[in-house]
Amino acid sequence: MFAASRALRPLSLSLLTVVIGLTLASCGINAIPTYEEGAKAKWSDVLNQYQRRADLIPNLVETVKGYARQEREVLEAVTNARARATSIQATPDLVNNPEEFKKFQEAQAQLSGALGRLIAVSERYPDLKSNQNFLALQSQLEGTENRIAVARRDYIEAVRLYNTELKTFPGSIWAATLYRNNKPMEEFTVAEETRKAPQVKF
Amino acid sequence: MSRRGAAVLAVWFVLAAPAAALDFPALTGRVVDEAGILDVAMRASLAAKLEALEAKSSDQLVVVTVKSLQGTSIEDFGVQLGRRWQIGQQGKNNGAILIVAPNERRVRIEVGYGLEGTLTDAMTRFIIETAIIPRFRAGDVAGGITRGVDDIIQVLTGDAEDWKQRAARSAANAASPADVFFTFLFVAIAVFIVLNVLLGMMRSTAPGNRRNRPWIASGPIAGSSWGSPSSGSSGGGFSDGGGFSGGGGSFGGGGASGSW
Repeated sequence: MFAASRALRPLSLSLLTVVIGLTLASCGINAIPTYEEGAKAKWSDVLNQYQRRADLIPNLVETVKGYARQEREVLEAVTNARARATSIQATPDLVNNPEEFKKFQEAQAQLSGALGRLIAVSERYPDLKSNQNFLALQSQLEGTENRIAVARRDYIEAVRLYNTELKTFPGSIWAATLYRNNKPMEEFTVAEETRKAPQVKF
Repeated sequence: MSRRGAAVLAVWFVLAAPAAALDFPALTGRVVDEAGILDVAMRASLAAKLEALEAKSSDQLVVVTVKSLQGTSIEDFGVQLGRRWQIGQQGKNNGAILIVAPNERRVRIEVGYGLEGTLTDAMTRFIIETAIIPRFRAGDVAGGITRGVDDIIQVLTGDAEDWKQRAARSAANAASPADVFFTFLFVAIAVFIVLNVLLGMMRSTAPGNRRNRPWIASGPIAGSSWGSPSSGSSGGGFSDGGGFSGGGGSFGGGGASGSW
């Protein structure tokens, strides 16, 4: 190795390496893995926020139960939807599995709907509405829903960049040769409106 | 081919439109009064408070009033505005924005990633419900903003006792005292650890002077400089309108909103 580089004169060899490196880099040889990692990071943000929401729910359900025991149906719907949503293994690989991804986002959308109904019926109970614990949980839930929306949007944008890179020149060349195992990632298709918690007025 | 190209271009514009559609006011200072609801003295006093906050804690807090939310929600507007202006120091993301949209009658405290642990959703909601909304409802917009800013600064600078008292006094209290207590306990422990490390470093690097400095004396001093101005990328300007800029912070949708 040393002898070889001495023969080729180290300066010109290292210069050549730099030039080849720069050329390849400017051809976007790094773009696919870079965008892929970016999208994966955004996906884990999304998962984090969904997890955070799931973690809030048992407390919320307990609090509402204390004031509105008769709303059993709504409470059960939330509990069941949460169980369904958390039963899906939310792994980073989900983004490459269209079927599982669809199931995942449908389960999350159902949970959003159930939560929306829970918050809506809570409106009928003045004591519940003035309970400190409930107000704190409700503001956390609203905040989390908002963070989910932001995380989803960031993820969609990152996936768009990644998928575009796979399909357009020069990324498509690298996708067909060096990165053959890289598949396009899934995007959210379930409408966001179904998950929006209703605004609560005071 | 050219028709196809045009179609692609059209699609691209449609797709790109939602992101580019919002027209944000220019970041002219720590107080941006696009809606024109604050007088000069008010803007100056607010800006002075916000500047003092950054000097003390490096947290960037900005007050903005907007003419219109341009058809989007205040949550969406807030996070995009925060990212555009890059309020907060780079790497710390310790920025927050108080957004008032008088025409939509909406108010929001948008909290950067780095402050989400202090300015929690429940805390921001509490500030909005107790300090801001009642004054807005009474027509005192300037008073509501001032009080909101004061409360945010108080939370950020961590005046625990005062907060607990106020929370206890308030009837419609949203923040659980336990939350506040544990937040401050956590901060206190963190400060303690950081201090220990710092002190250890001081001792090992400069053994002479500081060795016998009492713990109590070094505590508050080092405590107030914990996370303070020395962070290289301070974006701080000096006066309202005098070259203030965001430090590179980012936002992820933390905070709370309200309407009046």
